[in-house]
Amino acid sequence: MNRPASIPAATCRDAPILKERGQREVFCGLTGIIWLHRKMQDAFFLVVGSRTCAHLLQSAAGVMIFAEPRFGTAILEETDLAGLADANDELDREVGRLLARRPDIKQLFLVGSCPSEVIKLDLARAAQRLTQIHAPHVRVLNYSGSGIETTFTQGEDACLASMVPVLPGTEARELLLVGALPDVVEDQAVGLLTKMGIARVRVLPAPRTSDAPGVGPNTVFACLQPFLGDTAAALERRGARMIQAPFPFGEEGTTLWLRAIADEFGVDDATFEAVTAAPRARARTAIANASEHLRGKTVFFMPDSQLEIPLARFLTRECGMEAIEIGQPFIHKGLVGPDLDLMPAGPTISEGQDVDKQLDRVRAARPDLTVCGLGLANPLEAEGLTTKWAIELVFTPVHFYDQAGDLAGLFSRPIRRRALLKLEAAE
Amino acid sequence: MKLTVWTYEGPPHVGAMRVATAMKGLHYVLHAPQGDTYADLLFTMIERRGHRPPVSYTTFEGRDLGEDTAGLFKRACQDAYDRFQPQALIVGASCTAELIQDDPGGLAETMNLPVPVIALELPSYQRKENFGTDETFYQLVKALAQPVEKTPEITANLIGPLALGFRHRDDIEEIKGLLYDMGIGINVVAPFDATPHDLTRLGAAHINILMYPEHAETAARHMERTLGIPYTKTVPIGVGATHDFVAEVAQICGIAPKKDLSRLRQPWWSKSVDSTYLTGKRVFLFGDATHVMAAARIARDEMGFEVVGLGCYNREFARPMRALAKDFGLEALISDDYLEVEKAIEDAAPEMILGTQMERHIGKRLGIPCAVISAPVHVQDFPARYSPQMGWEGANVIFDTWIHPLVMGLEEHLLAMFREDFEFHDAAGASHHGGHAPMRAAVAGGLAPQTPQSIFEAKMDEVPATESSGTDVMVWLADAERELKKIPFFVRGKARRNTEKFAAERGVTQISIDTLYEAKAHYAR
Repeated sequence: MNRPASIPAATCRDAPILKERGQREVFCGLTGIIWLHRKMQDAFFLVVGSRTCAHLLQSAAGVMIFAEPRFGTAILEETDLAGLADANDELDREVGRLLARRPDIKQLFLVGSCPSEVIKLDLARAAQRLTQIHAPHVRVLNYSGSGIETTFTQGEDACLASMVPVLPGTEARELLLVGALPDVVEDQAVGLLTKMGIARVRVLPAPRTSDAPGVGPNTVFACLQPFLGDTAAALERRGARMIQAPFPFGEEGTTLWLRAIADEFGVDDATFEAVTAAPRARARTAIANASEHLRGKTVFFMPDSQLEIPLARFLTRECGMEAIEIGQPFIHKGLVGPDLDLMPAGPTISEGQDVDKQLDRVRAARPDLTVCGLGLANPLEAEGLTTKWAIELVFTPVHFYDQAGDLAGLFSRPIRRRALLKLEAAE
Repeated sequence: MKLTVWTYEGPPHVGAMRVATAMKGLHYVLHAPQGDTYADLLFTMIERRGHRPPVSYTTFEGRDLGEDTAGLFKRACQDAYDRFQPQALIVGASCTAELIQDDPGGLAETMNLPVPVIALELPSYQRKENFGTDETFYQLVKALAQPVEKTPEITANLIGPLALGFRHRDDIEEIKGLLYDMGIGINVVAPFDATPHDLTRLGAAHINILMYPEHAETAARHMERTLGIPYTKTVPIGVGATHDFVAEVAQICGIAPKKDLSRLRQPWWSKSVDSTYLTGKRVFLFGDATHVMAAARIARDEMGFEVVGLGCYNREFARPMRALAKDFGLEALISDDYLEVEKAIEDAAPEMILGTQMERHIGKRLGIPCAVISAPVHVQDFPARYSPQMGWEGANVIFDTWIHPLVMGLEEHLLAMFREDFEFHDAAGASHHGGHAPMRAAVAGGLAPQTPQSIFEAKMDEVPATESSGTDVMVWLADAERELKKIPFFVRGKARRNTEKFAAERGVTQISIDTLYEAKAHYAR
């Protein structure tokens, strides 16, 4: 009933992937700190890196400058590199100062960067050492957000994966939702699942260290975001089992995602229908309104947030758009396979980037909408192409039924705007 | 290692990007890992540029490190040349590439590209963005500018304006106007909109206008030495400085200092009675040295403010900044630590901040109005309208810009004052006309819902209260406290500060009504 009526014969899962290697116009994994630190309210993210790292965080954070944030950069200086100062001693000292000034911090992430990795600063050992010094008050973990290892949203994956080994063990039959979503969406998801009778729903990351979920052989988990491959693998190593489904974008995605979990927990059709009927109807109405300007239009995804394949599924199946190219920084079929299955073969599926060549393809195709990063949006607009900047898809609540209309709206607004503006002379 | 929360300057390669992006026909090949492309958005979003910065990034990954990153660099260089056909290339490394020591300059040299290739050595772990702008422009000038015949008429180069500069776009027009009034033509403006080919003609000018010393002083000195072009030392921001600038240019060129003051409104705006309330406003200045030093003179001499603190984040200008501070009887704050600047502002308790976007946020937190006078920039600092800082129109613009937050500040105070009025008090709702406005909870004895405005106001009231009761050194007696409240709110803080200072100097620990009025008499002027 809730499954798609017919699965097309040749889908995007089988389509050949265009693999490209060249200049990539994407953020590195450090960027995830911007939303992760809002979500984990007793965590501090300390990047061990260069002035470039600090500048990136500041530029990505934009106007979120109001408070002393719970992230910062320990900037490596000439003396740290020349071996005049032992970088480890320096790090211990900076961490000591930081924790003394911020007694509210219970969890400290040492975040590796390109320079710290090139000079082979061992942050795993530093984290162990610092945990011993600051236990039990503060736990110190480490992960890499460097550009040489991670792209944009992979930083969240690396962060969550670093937490998995220290999660408490449990034998309980529990559902774990994985991914840092805005509270409003997270509450909706938990609310829907609870109404279906799934009582024990936990979330990773928890807002506070003391609320960390347990994990064990009876844990089943569902990813909320399509970029959490390493976290999923780490949870599987702890005995947990992943529920595979399309991602909860749009009415169809949300229904299929919920259905897969409901099946796992033996929720009957009547209950499922009773819980989802009203929000599904709302979502359909909202999407119908918001997607009026999207129908029949073409869309081109530049690789950016890793959300591209699930979003292309939403736009093509629920908003009537046609995808020309769907680019993703990397493709993990174990995660996005169910979404690829739902799209008939046709669009180019590309992995990685050679930005100038890809822009040539954009110019040749002249899509009605190009989804791309902030560095490319205005230049493409100046060429007369309509764009949607992708970072908003990461910062805005877009998952689940009650945001489905908003999600369609994010894509339709640039198109509506272009139609509205009359800036030339009337003749 | 130094813990940094917010930075005033990016890394030096971002400075090189600001030069490259300002120019045309130049391309920058940057050896850098994935992620360093974030810097593109500074130009496309903050400055709203409709083109990508002319930068190719090699985008090396972890798996490349053990392999051939040098080959990767050379391929990126060749691709960039083939695709963009620039008149010249600059090549360099970002912070990570500096560590792997591939020597982009040496590699590019072996490629025998048919255009000049200029190698940049920008030490990422020692220097910052403004070093990057100055050094990049200097290297370009050194490589490209040749001795050429001077133009028959007197012409000037405008040097220093570049991408992501604070109002550089409009300052150029204003300077062109000043020079036009004196009969001086323009030879080259650089880096802004200049091509590498234009740089070869720099030597034809009779004078260099050094608009922003932090971006072009090294190049100016170089041109003085090798091409015999003198350069201006006065930055024409403010009425007085602009007069001085015109005199300096006239003197260097041996011509009359002609000026067209028909559009200059500022001196009268400052003299008019409405401006009386600006007298003695305590201001704190922080930003890049060029803008802060100019602003200090304007604040004191052209607005009648009292400068209570000043400083800059670019350490290269510590010496002139300290000298200027001394002239103001102050100690300059030379720091790129945002928290240190915040502390200094908090301690100085100014009535207004003239700073960067960072200080604007500090001001928001401390409840102090702020006008932005310097980079680092924000999308707001690129207005659609003409809005220079330099020259006569710049002086007009600065008057308006600085006054604007103060007027707003006064309005907020007026709201606070009327709040106590029987018709306008908090519980009266949004309008005092009739009963249509929803009554607030305060009527029922509860607390009114806190809006940002009311939180702000509550804070304003709290600060002095904690000051007086929090320390056991000094106590306000009840009737003195009552008397203080009768003093108009907008001078109440000053009265409290002065009284406490007066009492402290005399070792008085209990403040009575007499102390209050003795202090008032003491500070009267």
